[in-house]
Amino acid sequence: MTDHIETDVVIIGAGPVGLFAVFELGLLDIKCHLVDILPKVGGQCAELYPEKPIYDIPGFPMVTGQGLVDNLMAQIDPFHPTFHFNEMVESLESIGTPEAPRFRVKTSENGTTFECKAVVIAAGGGSFLPKKPPIDNIEAYEGTSVFYAVRKMEMFRDKKILIVGGGDSALDWTVNLQPIAKRLTLLHRRDAFRAAPHTVEKMRSLVASGDMDLHLGQVSSLKGENHVLSGAVIRKDDGSEFTVDCDVMLPFFGLTMKLGPIADWGLNLHENLIPVDTEKFETNVPGIFAIGDINTYPGKLKLILSGFHEGALAAQKIHRYVYPEKKLLFQYTTSSSSLQKKLGVAA
Amino acid sequence: MGVIHVTDRAGQRHTLEAIEGWRVMEIIRDWGLPIEGLCGGACECATCHVFVDEAWLDKLYPPTEEEEDQLDTVVTKPNSRLSCQILWTPELDGLEVTLAPTGN
Repeated sequence: MTDHIETDVVIIGAGPVGLFAVFELGLLDIKCHLVDILPKVGGQCAELYPEKPIYDIPGFPMVTGQGLVDNLMAQIDPFHPTFHFNEMVESLESIGTPEAPRFRVKTSENGTTFECKAVVIAAGGGSFLPKKPPIDNIEAYEGTSVFYAVRKMEMFRDKKILIVGGGDSALDWTVNLQPIAKRLTLLHRRDAFRAAPHTVEKMRSLVASGDMDLHLGQVSSLKGENHVLSGAVIRKDDGSEFTVDCDVMLPFFGLTMKLGPIADWGLNLHENLIPVDTEKFETNVPGIFAIGDINTYPGKLKLILSGFHEGALAAQKIHRYVYPEKKLLFQYTTSSSSLQKKLGVAA
Repeated sequence: MGVIHVTDRAGQRHTLEAIEGWRVMEIIRDWGLPIEGLCGGACECATCHVFVDEAWLDKLYPPTEEEEDQLDTVVTKPNSRLSCQILWTPELDGLEVTLAPTGN
């Protein structure tokens, strides 16, 4: 069994709100580890709309999603948070008391274990997971014939592969798997692709030389038995249908957000949101806080700026769990030399 | 004032009062029908995917390239649109849409 990581706070989600919580906690000498299922910081800002301008961040007449994330990273740099990417928090277990909370937090991929005094859930809309197409009975084939990611290419050697989608993942895996596939078919809804132009060109030349097939349409149903796929029925725009023989199907429809394991942690939930009080943004479990888009309370607005405020107030209560013996002095960064020292800007 | 008709995933048809200048996604969400609208109308997630009744298709502005890109991430029909990209105006009084199925 691997040793656990001891820290003050585990923040679940490294989006803008989770990142700013590092700042507010850092000012109070509270150390954080952040876990995110994405390979990078920024959450929705970086994954869904990095280039989109945001106009309602106080002090920024306009900032892009990625620009905001970059600035937050610079702002929290003095506090040296530790990031754990490509990991999803699988379990959250209480091992303390309501007065002195303590938690054991475990992630799925690498099985990292943390022990901490407070947990901040800043998970937005939940975990980014592959979008599953609504095809009847697709679940029966998942993990045996239907895969949403390629972990080991060798698994697909000499298989009849059907790849569905028109973005970078679909096109990259088309050109990478084609050489080892028995036959590869790419299916997309239209004859236009969002992927890198040279990859699209490579795919088109493979089609032209007869080394793979390209079809336009949508999967309408699957054929197979005992969790093993034998074919996919394709519907074209004109309503006609035909079958593509395949052993495996790889749908690449991008990512969506799902609440995931959070539902199993004994927290009260209201329509997939976590109710909190508006003084401390604490959940029904003392020591577990929820900030940003994932929480709900009367008057809640799903704005990034609300999440910043929520993190600041949560930090005040977390201080009492982390330093029960210390009295918290409220200070301003403009005037407090001790805060300025923490920020590395003291004169 | 006017209305839109929305058929939910159980096949039930709802008549919703529409508001000029609102996106169809916002009207559907405001009335409490199950539409996710994850990205909030930024044309970045395709979770507001609807099928538009054929009779209405030509009355809508055609999809932008950005909307087409997002439609690539769901299982579409020829009458697929993202409801966050349809701004409701009185000309769309009586617009008929069906919520598209979502995967698990």
